Amino acid sequence: MSQIFNRSTNALARLSIWGAVFILGGVGWAASILNRSAYNTNQGVTVKQPVPFGHEHHVAGLGIDCRYCHSSVEKSASAGIPPTATCMNCHKLIWNDSPMLEPVRESFRTGRPLNWRKVYDLPDFVYFDHSIHVAKGVGCASCHGRIDKMRLTAQFPSLQMEWCLACHRNPEKFLRPKDKIFDLAWVAADQETLGRELAKENHLRSTVALTNCSTCHR
Amino acid sequence: MKTLDGPDFWRSLEEYADTPEFAEQLGREFPQHASEWDAGVSRRRFLELSGASLALAGLTACVKQPREGLVPYVKQPEEIVPGRPLFFATAFTLGGYATGVLVESHTGRPTKVEGNPQHPASLGATDLFAQASILSLYDPDRSQTITKLGQIRTWPAFAEELQARVKTARAIGGEGFRLLTPTVTSPALAAKIRELLAILPKARWHQWEPAGRDLVRAGARLAFGQHVETRYDFSQADVIVSLDADPFTFGPGSLVYARAFARRRREAAIGAGTPPRYYAIETTPTSSGSLADHRISLKPSELHAVAAALAAAAAGGAVAGGAADTRFPWIAACAADLKAHAGRSLVIPGEHAPAEVHAIAHLLNDALSNFGATVILTDPVEAESVDQLASLAALVADMKAGGVDTLLVFGGNPAFDAPADLGFAEALQKVAFRARLGLYDDETSQYCQWHVNEAHELEAWSDARAFDGTVTILQPLIEPLYGGKSALEVLCAALGQPAAKGLDLLKAHWQRQHPEGFDAFFRKSLHDGFVAGSALPAKALKPKANVPAPGAAAGAGLEIIFRPDPGIFDGRFANNGWLQEVPKPLTKLTWDNAAHMSAATAKKLGVNNEDLVGITAGGATIAAPVWILPGQPDDVVTLHFGHGRTRAGRVGNGTDGKGTGVNAYRIRMTTGLWLASAAVQRTDGTHALATTQHHFNMEGRHLVRTGTFEEYRKDPEFARKVEEIPTISMYPGYTYDQHAWGLAVNLSSCTGCNACVVACQSENNIPTIGKDEVRRGREMHWIRIDRYYEGTPENPAVHNQPVMCMHCEQAPCEVVCPVAATTHSEEGINEMTYNRCIGTKYCSNNCPYKVRRFNFFDYNKDKHLPVLTLLANPNVTVRQKGVMEKCNYCIQRVNRARMDAEKENRRVRDGEVLTACQQVCPTEALVFGDINDPTSKVAKLRKEPLEYPLLAELNTRPRTTYLAKLTNPNTDLLGKE
Repeated sequence: MSQIFNRSTNALARLSIWGAVFILGGVGWAASILNRSAYNTNQGVTVKQPVPFGHEHHVAGLGIDCRYCHSSVEKSASAGIPPTATCMNCHKLIWNDSPMLEPVRESFRTGRPLNWRKVYDLPDFVYFDHSIHVAKGVGCASCHGRIDKMRLTAQFPSLQMEWCLACHRNPEKFLRPKDKIFDLAWVAADQETLGRELAKENHLRSTVALTNCSTCHR
Repeated sequence: MKTLDGPDFWRSLEEYADTPEFAEQLGREFPQHASEWDAGVSRRRFLELSGASLALAGLTACVKQPREGLVPYVKQPEEIVPGRPLFFATAFTLGGYATGVLVESHTGRPTKVEGNPQHPASLGATDLFAQASILSLYDPDRSQTITKLGQIRTWPAFAEELQARVKTARAIGGEGFRLLTPTVTSPALAAKIRELLAILPKARWHQWEPAGRDLVRAGARLAFGQHVETRYDFSQADVIVSLDADPFTFGPGSLVYARAFARRRREAAIGAGTPPRYYAIETTPTSSGSLADHRISLKPSELHAVAAALAAAAAGGAVAGGAADTRFPWIAACAADLKAHAGRSLVIPGEHAPAEVHAIAHLLNDALSNFGATVILTDPVEAESVDQLASLAALVADMKAGGVDTLLVFGGNPAFDAPADLGFAEALQKVAFRARLGLYDDETSQYCQWHVNEAHELEAWSDARAFDGTVTILQPLIEPLYGGKSALEVLCAALGQPAAKGLDLLKAHWQRQHPEGFDAFFRKSLHDGFVAGSALPAKALKPKANVPAPGAAAGAGLEIIFRPDPGIFDGRFANNGWLQEVPKPLTKLTWDNAAHMSAATAKKLGVNNEDLVGITAGGATIAAPVWILPGQPDDVVTLHFGHGRTRAGRVGNGTDGKGTGVNAYRIRMTTGLWLASAAVQRTDGTHALATTQHHFNMEGRHLVRTGTFEEYRKDPEFARKVEEIPTISMYPGYTYDQHAWGLAVNLSSCTGCNACVVACQSENNIPTIGKDEVRRGREMHWIRIDRYYEGTPENPAVHNQPVMCMHCEQAPCEVVCPVAATTHSEEGINEMTYNRCIGTKYCSNNCPYKVRRFNFFDYNKDKHLPVLTLLANPNVTVRQKGVMEKCNYCIQRVNRARMDAEKENRRVRDGEVLTACQQVCPTEALVFGDINDPTSKVAKLRKEPLEYPLLAELNTRPRTTYLAKLTNPNTDLLGKE
């Protein structure tokens, strides 16, 4: 009986075994790229909202403090999305016939809330708390970027766990004085020295404690 | 002192007898078949599936999460901060009696019930029923509409027809117009009922409560000629004799009694005061009996004679028929003890004991000068105190005679739970107009033309009195989910005000009582959870000594005792999965009831556990499975009623639609509500029961340690000398600069009441799994209460031991997890990170305490029902299939307290973090705190000589430790029980 495969196929087999290493490596590499890509993380992605709200205009343009709308940022896990009534405090008087703001007026009229889309959407097994971060000296800009320069709100970081841990492992690289928390433009002259001082002053927990699983997961 | 070796402590008769089956079961991590796939899967199919799942494993990670919405308020209510819960004071009622509670609300969504520390019936604790009431609120099987003959109707349509009935009745003075309610303590509701009765003078109000207090009332009438309420002060009682009572886990005031007793015993252990002594004279084992210093088991037919003999010995000739009885040699010593503590003793009759026993207890307490000291008499707490059995019987007789043409049934479930010989359901159908207000479209509603869906207690305005008369104004936590109505609103509809709202009605009632400064009064009462100064004042009364002498002892045949189910009570909680699945105290049965009997009786009948017996009483027969209960007197069978419901809902109807367990009401007759003589014989067949008795067994090492106060005084360290505690370890230790959390469990206090088990379930989103799964040993409770027996099966002492994760310093689970899903935290908590867990179960394999629970299936899939999504605690992950879980010291509460403290630049204060189990515990048996802080309660407890770790020889160094149980037996009596 003659052989099914020609002798030359041996070379092909050897090549494919040798190539498998590269193929698997390549697949792994592609997966890691895909995993970190904006397609997966939504980093830098803006979301269509019922009203094209612009932080740039309200924060940089008008100088409204973050806490005017996000009023529970110092008290609660949730920073708070402003109730329609907060919008209407001003928009009763200005731009009160703008068609763009019709959903806001409609909500106020009918009592049906606005349905915003989440831009920063953490998985449900992550328990992030705004108030403790603000209390310990993490500024808005550290996670939300220069939101005062964003016409439409986009997700600034990747929100992957490695990004969270980058700060939980070395918080001194990001800490700022209490009076600069809401100052989006502030940059430290010497972040390393200041950060270390602030970590001490604000009684930051040890890196080990900050990276315990139960710090964020429960 | 006992040797603590071998069978001194045992969990079941199999263990006591050391059968080969038991030895086999011991070696298993989960009971047989627990880790097997029950579906019949061939090897080929298995390979196909595993191949497919491998291929899919990678793909699942590619699913993009849908973007969630963010829905703010339109106008944010004051006080509400999203992410921070609010607590509202209200009350939970059982049998009419209120327990003050604080209900946690997340942006308008109630999620958890806690006790109200300022309420006199709670003091911060609740029972398991109050804990589980939150699940009943969200029960998707609750009735959701008003119906007439099964057709959906509107509220105005009902109100119109009801008013027409009232109008017709009014013309004839209310003849034939009847109301049937459960026990009513609500002042506002009673006032409204009287208002209706005023315009319908011949109408009558009947009351029926299947687990009611008729015998308490009858006993008081016998002794005082009137119904008086009796409440007790256990903090002043040195010697307590219970005449078939279950004072610490059953009945109004039990939470407070348990706390006072446990505190006395605990304080005596640290040298403050003398230890109290509790004689439990019982006809069937109770949870309270597990705290007893002496437990005496006798037949129900002997109870009256024993009570009379005790009275004769302790109080002289005050009681008729009391003569020394040679059958009970312990009476003399017990009576001497009572006499020696006159004014500081307490005789407490059981709620279901005969009226004569109640009267004798009153006489004894009077003779011992206990009135005003440990026993306080007050006016009745009930709005209208009646003999409910007579009241119901009169109603049924009138219905049968055609004398009732309108019947309004408020709550209850009389068609299911009325005595069987009355024939309530048949009589009911003779009534021309019958309307029912009920939470469920149940057995009673099916016989009524009109069914009005009732608002749950957490949805409606109401008021109620506690055991001492303190009034609580019940406020709703949420708008009625299905537009339900309260009893108050239905009565108003009858009075021609169908649009009246509960709040206005309640305000109107209380404004009449407190016209001056009403707004401030109402706001304060609502905020505090009780009306200040509304407790009933003590009365001075003298009991009359005309108690009938005990009759001749019952003849042949078995005596059968009826008791409400420790899980689902009288059947009202049958559709509550938490209460169905909680392992009942003593028996550890779930999802069922059984005929409890002693081993000797079972032998005589030729039956064993799970064999069916036919029980015939009052002409009816039921078949019930046998469960042998150590400590049960011979020739006595205990049956729990409440099971066997057919219209309870998807949970309570059971898998076959015939209800869980056996319907004991079918043989509960007017002549034998609590006790009947019955013929019992073996019938063919068996019924599988789901007990957790042997699950997660720790192989009988020195787990529970007990001693007497005398032994403790001689050798305070006795509990620590049982096994050697290793001092060196191969593993490096941890250092804790900040907090180090720990839990101490005092075995002297635990009654095994299960409140902690259900509280933990509610706080931590723990699923229920069903009877079949429990039989496979897959139950998910993070706390199990191990029940140990000591002594002989005839009358053993009972010890309860709550076991949850020990949070070992050298945790065996941590080192075997391949994905680091279970890790050691900076504060010593053994963390479980669900999103990392891949379900190898190595940790559970390696855990000597058997406290880890595995989600074999997606038990939480019901939580995807829209209404049940509201139930979950938002601060705890809802786990999915294939994930290990266990106690994590309520890490969500620890984190919350730590963050709050850090924001204020301080340390967490002692007592700031209460774990769910600790917060609910009536006896303060559990204490959680920072063991690094030498001033904390838990740190002090860990230094007590009674403290010992579980399985110390394994060198796991647990953070959860136990305090050995101390009892205070009467040395004159040892060996005479």
